[in-house]
Amino acid sequence: MAKYLLKRVLYMFLTLFIIASLTFFLMKIIPGTPFASANKLGPAQMEIMKAKYGLDQPVPVQYAIYIGNLLKGDLGISFQFNNTPVTDLMFKRLGPSMQLGAQAMLLGTIVGILLGIFAALRQNTWVDYSSTFVAVLGKSIPNFVFAGLLQYFVGVKLGWFPVLFWRGFEYTILPTIALSMLPIAIAARFMRTEMIEVLSSDYITLAKAKGASFFEIAFKHALRNALIPLVTVLGPLAISLMTGSLVIEKIFAIPGLGEQFVKSITVNDYPVIMGTTILFAALFVVIILVVDILYGIIDPRIRLSGGNK
Amino acid sequence: MENILEVKDLNISFHTFAGEVKAIRGVNFELKKGETLAIVGESGSGKSVTTKAIMKLLPPGNSEIKQGEILFDGKDLTKLTDRQMQKIRGKDISMIFQDPMTSLNPTMTVGKQIMEPLIKHQDMSKSAARERALQLLKLVGIPKPELRIKQYPHQFSGGMRQRVVIAIALACNPKVLIADEPTTALDVTIQAQILELMKDLQNKIDTSIIFITHDLGVVANVADRVAVMYGGKIVEIGTVDEVFYNPQHPYTWGLISSMPSLDAKEEELYAIPGTPPNLLNPPKGDAFAPRNEYAMQIDLEEQPPMFKVSDTHYAATWLLHPDAPKVEPPAAVKSRMRKFMGAK
Repeated sequence: MAKYLLKRVLYMFLTLFIIASLTFFLMKIIPGTPFASANKLGPAQMEIMKAKYGLDQPVPVQYAIYIGNLLKGDLGISFQFNNTPVTDLMFKRLGPSMQLGAQAMLLGTIVGILLGIFAALRQNTWVDYSSTFVAVLGKSIPNFVFAGLLQYFVGVKLGWFPVLFWRGFEYTILPTIALSMLPIAIAARFMRTEMIEVLSSDYITLAKAKGASFFEIAFKHALRNALIPLVTVLGPLAISLMTGSLVIEKIFAIPGLGEQFVKSITVNDYPVIMGTTILFAALFVVIILVVDILYGIIDPRIRLSGGNK
Repeated sequence: MENILEVKDLNISFHTFAGEVKAIRGVNFELKKGETLAIVGESGSGKSVTTKAIMKLLPPGNSEIKQGEILFDGKDLTKLTDRQMQKIRGKDISMIFQDPMTSLNPTMTVGKQIMEPLIKHQDMSKSAARERALQLLKLVGIPKPELRIKQYPHQFSGGMRQRVVIAIALACNPKVLIADEPTTALDVTIQAQILELMKDLQNKIDTSIIFITHDLGVVANVADRVAVMYGGKIVEIGTVDEVFYNPQHPYTWGLISSMPSLDAKEEELYAIPGTPPNLLNPPKGDAFAPRNEYAMQIDLEEQPPMFKVSDTHYAATWLLHPDAPKVEPPAAVKSRMRKFMGAK
């Protein structure tokens, strides 16, 4: 197991290195300069600015310098945000995005899994149809529509939760609900299909023949077997939620990563583009490893390293 | 001998998009204490449906017990609620399924799966249940039970898994064990081992067995009595000797003739012509009549009642009616009958 993990971690770093390199060169192909008021600068001033940030060097040299700094944990300084170091900038904004994403993910999967289970247990009844209805809504209506509705009805009309900003737990509730609609929809649909399949399998009949009750069959015997494919879909979804939803962050005025990432691309803020890409990629490879480990925990047939025969 | 289970005039239908399929049409039999009753018949004859009805494991949505009683210990199982039935399943009546590769939960250790009915039905503590599970594993012939109890089904071979399924079924010393083709999915050498094990265990814990199979060789090996099913009905029932050596129903003749034997001279193996009846519109007369070379006019018009051959032997064919012409059974059957007479 330890040997397997070590190997996986080494591969993770290799993957990150390749992603960083590719992004670096691709980014250099994009035309334009990172300096906002470039047209007001004369050629001489431009040279001075470029020299200051090391942009006058040939691209391979810039690349070597960047990778060298990266290995030391230095992601450079942002061009647009008053020369703050990218690491400070990112980690300050990473917190809200991660918290929001994680909460939405947790709420979404729990509600979605339960909806899916009850839909499967009560197949073709009103329970099933309402679960399907919720899932179709969640999947087809964009989350900013939910966000707006929640803000207006729950926030303004009922006044239960604050509508804007990020100043404590009660501020996270509305955006969490808005963001959790997609995971609810996906988890509910997957869970329903899987549960129906698992419930018709021979070992469930055997469990019934042993005298197991309805709930024992659903939660002790079927659930774990039905979770396996769901884990595959939920891993990548978790990352996309945790790395910041641009729209939700904008609507609820949350200082998260999503907004920053989009903005840094439009203004050619190279160090921020690089920093966020590397961060997202790192989260991604970590989640993939977590998913692989989860498989083994859920299904003994796919335990990672050989196991004891 | 005392009857432990009685099935009386059981009628079961499935509601499908095409209409009502009358899968079981008036089945009667009884199971005596300590005996093994084999139910034989081809696919779709209703063997599995009958036993699933006893366990109340038929799909609740589209199946319906139209008529009849299943008496177990004086109680009519068809009238019990789901909750009452849960107390009987696995404790008084348990079941072994056809395919051991799919009938164990892949994400639960073998030990847990054996301990489950013990904890549920016998109020055992976890450690007591574990002890009993170890005993059971030993009983069904699984080596190194202390190691095996912690393993998952995928670490077992097919034969070993069927032993585990048997251990689960026998955990609470059930009064009735229903074995639904327990050896069909296993290769021949393992089949023999499992049959041997079942016979052995039956003596040890004194249970009655309903053994479903389409393999007549297996029947001769394990059963005391045999019921032959065709088209949702029992067409012949009797002791193994009676059904094997003095069969009366043309369908039983067909089954026996299509069994390969070592002393047969013909090159070609006999097969019953035609296909089983469509139970969406069951025939008015004897369901076997269209495939029966001995069929008479009345076979097409009226269903034959059960004619008594001996106290233990009954068959539903008009050929047994006093007015019926005498017919010659097929050669393979006749040679068997001669052996039977000789033995007497």
